[in-house]
Amino acid sequence: MRAMRLTGRVHKFGDDINTDYIISGKYKFKTLDMQELARHVMEDLDPEFAQKVRPGDFIAAGKNFGCGSSREQAPRALLACGIRGVLAKSFARIFFRNAINCGLFVVECDTDKIENGDEVTVDLEKGEVVNLTKGITLSVPPLPQVMIDILREGGLVNYFKKYGSFEKA
Amino acid sequence: MGKTMAEKIFEKKAGRPVRPGDIVVVPVDWAMGQDGTTPLAIQSFEEMNGKSVFRPDRIVFVIDHNAPSPLESVSRLHDLMRSFARKFGIRVFEVGEGVCHELMMSRGLVVPGDLVVGADSHTCTYGAIGAFSTGIGSTELAVVMMTGKLWFKVPESLCIRLSGELPLGVFAKDVILRIAALLGADGATYQAIEFHGPVVERLSVEERATLTNMAVEVGAKAGMVPPDEKTIKWVKERTDRPFEVVLPDPDAVYARTLDIDCSGLVPQVAFPHRVDNVRPITEALGIPIREAFVGTCTNGRITDLEVVAKILRGRKVHPEVRLIVAPASKEAFLVALERGWVRDIVEAGGVFVPPGCGPCVGTHQGIPGDGWNVISTANRNFRGRMGNREASIYLASPATVAASAVEGEIADPRKYLG
Repeated sequence: MRAMRLTGRVHKFGDDINTDYIISGKYKFKTLDMQELARHVMEDLDPEFAQKVRPGDFIAAGKNFGCGSSREQAPRALLACGIRGVLAKSFARIFFRNAINCGLFVVECDTDKIENGDEVTVDLEKGEVVNLTKGITLSVPPLPQVMIDILREGGLVNYFKKYGSFEKA
Repeated sequence: MGKTMAEKIFEKKAGRPVRPGDIVVVPVDWAMGQDGTTPLAIQSFEEMNGKSVFRPDRIVFVIDHNAPSPLESVSRLHDLMRSFARKFGIRVFEVGEGVCHELMMSRGLVVPGDLVVGADSHTCTYGAIGAFSTGIGSTELAVVMMTGKLWFKVPESLCIRLSGELPLGVFAKDVILRIAALLGADGATYQAIEFHGPVVERLSVEERATLTNMAVEVGAKAGMVPPDEKTIKWVKERTDRPFEVVLPDPDAVYARTLDIDCSGLVPQVAFPHRVDNVRPITEALGIPIREAFVGTCTNGRITDLEVVAKILRGRKVHPEVRLIVAPASKEAFLVALERGWVRDIVEAGGVFVPPGCGPCVGTHQGIPGDGWNVISTANRNFRGRMGNREASIYLASPATVAASAVEGEIADPRKYLG
C-alpha cells in the first residue's frame, strides 16, 4: 500500500502542456529505458529542466495538462526524473489515466495559488492540497474509486497482479 | 429520456442502462497498438505475468510511426512486437502497410457500433463509421490484451451541427480547425463529440475521418458521425462481419450543442505552436515556408492525394521547399500510382516516403531545419513535434499545403481549384 500523502517543492508551468513537451517523440520511440528518457523531460520548454528536479518534486501547471499523444512514457519519464505528482487546474483524459496507472499523483486544484518553488503537501485521502509556503489549503475533487484503488497499489501493474481484474477490487 | 451514440454503445456493452459519469467495466471489440506504444505494453504484460491474450484475433499491432526503422534500437523494439505477436497469434501490419488508424478502418476490421481502444490518441478516428473508439495507455493495452476488458467513464456528449455548404477549396480539415478555434484545446475534455448536419452528410467516409481524427485535439474522448447509407455501403465493401448500427435517439440529451454555418468558411491555418491557434488563410498569406508535408491519419487518404496531385499537375514545387508525401496506406499509394497522381507529384518536385506516419512525430523522414516554417496536413503543431524545437509548424488542408508548396509561402488554394 502506497502513501497517499506526499510533500514536495513545485516547478511551475503554464496551460496546455502536451505530452510531446513532457517527452519528445524523437526520444520515446528509441527506448524503454525511462532513466534515459528522464534526461529529456520538458526539454523543448526548458532544456535545463531535468537537472533542476530533486527527487520528490511536484509540477504545478494551468489547464489541460498532458494533452495530445497517448504516450505512457510521459508520466513514466516524469517519475523517472524524480517528479512525484502533478497539480493542475485540469488534465487531458488519457494522461490523467496513464498517470494514475503509473502511480504518479495527479491532482486537480486551483494552481493560481501556487508559485514556482512553493512547498506543498498533497493528501489524497483527505482530498486536499496544502501550500505550506503560503499557508493555504486547496480542495481537490474526489477521484473515482477505481483510480484510488490503482493509486494505492502504486499503479495498474501492481493492482492487476493483486486483483486480476477491475471487477474484483 | 433519449440517449447519445456513446451512451447507447456503452449500454449495449454493459448490458444495463448507463448515464454519463457512470463507471463501467466492459469488453472491447478491438485493441490496437503501434510501435511507439506497444513495446511498453509488452513490458507491462510481462511485469503482470501475462500468460495468454484474451482474443488474439481482435488485437492488432501496427509498425507505422518509425518505419522503416531508422535506428538499431528501434529495430529491436519492432522485433519485440513481432516475436510477441508470433507467440500469441496477433496480427501485425508491417512496415509500409500504412497508418494504424487508416488500416483499422479501411481493411474492414472496425464496424459501426464497435467499442475500440488503441494505444494512440488518434484512435478516436473510427467514430467516422459510428464506432466508439478512444486512445489508451500502454499498460491499459496490456490489461486489455490479458482480459479483453477495460473500465470507462461514460462520457457526456457534445453535438456539433454543421449546416450550409462547404465553399470550393474549403474541406473537412478547415472545418475541424475552425472547431478547434471555437472550442479550444480543452473545449471537449472527457466528452464524446457527435458530428451532425448536412455538411457531414455530404462528406465521404474518408473526409468524415478527418473530423473525427482531430476530436482529441479539443480534448474529446471520441468523435462520432451517425452512420448512414454511405457508411453502411463503405463498411460492407470491406467486411462480411455483421454489425448493428447505433444511432443517437432523436431526443438525446447533449451537454452542449454547437451550430456552425459552413457556407461562409474560408481555408483555415493553425499557427505555431497550438492546434487551436487558428486564423483564416487571409492572415497567413505570404508566410515563407521551407517544408510542406502531406500525409498522416488526418489527411493522407485517397481524396487528399487527389487534390494535391490536381494542384501540382504541370506545376513545380518552389525551389526553397521540400514537399514530402506519406500516403496513409499502401492502398492509397497504389490508387495514386494507378491514377497518375504519383507522377504528377513527383514531376512537380515532391518526394514520396513509405505509407505510414512519415515525419509527423519527429523521428525520421523529414525533420525540419532551424528556423524553418513547415506547412503540414497533420493534426499537431506543438513546438518540437517534428523533431526540431527551432522549427515552426502550420497546419492546413492538403489543398492549402499543395498551393503553398508551389508558391514557397502560405497560399490560398481556391485560385487553383476554380
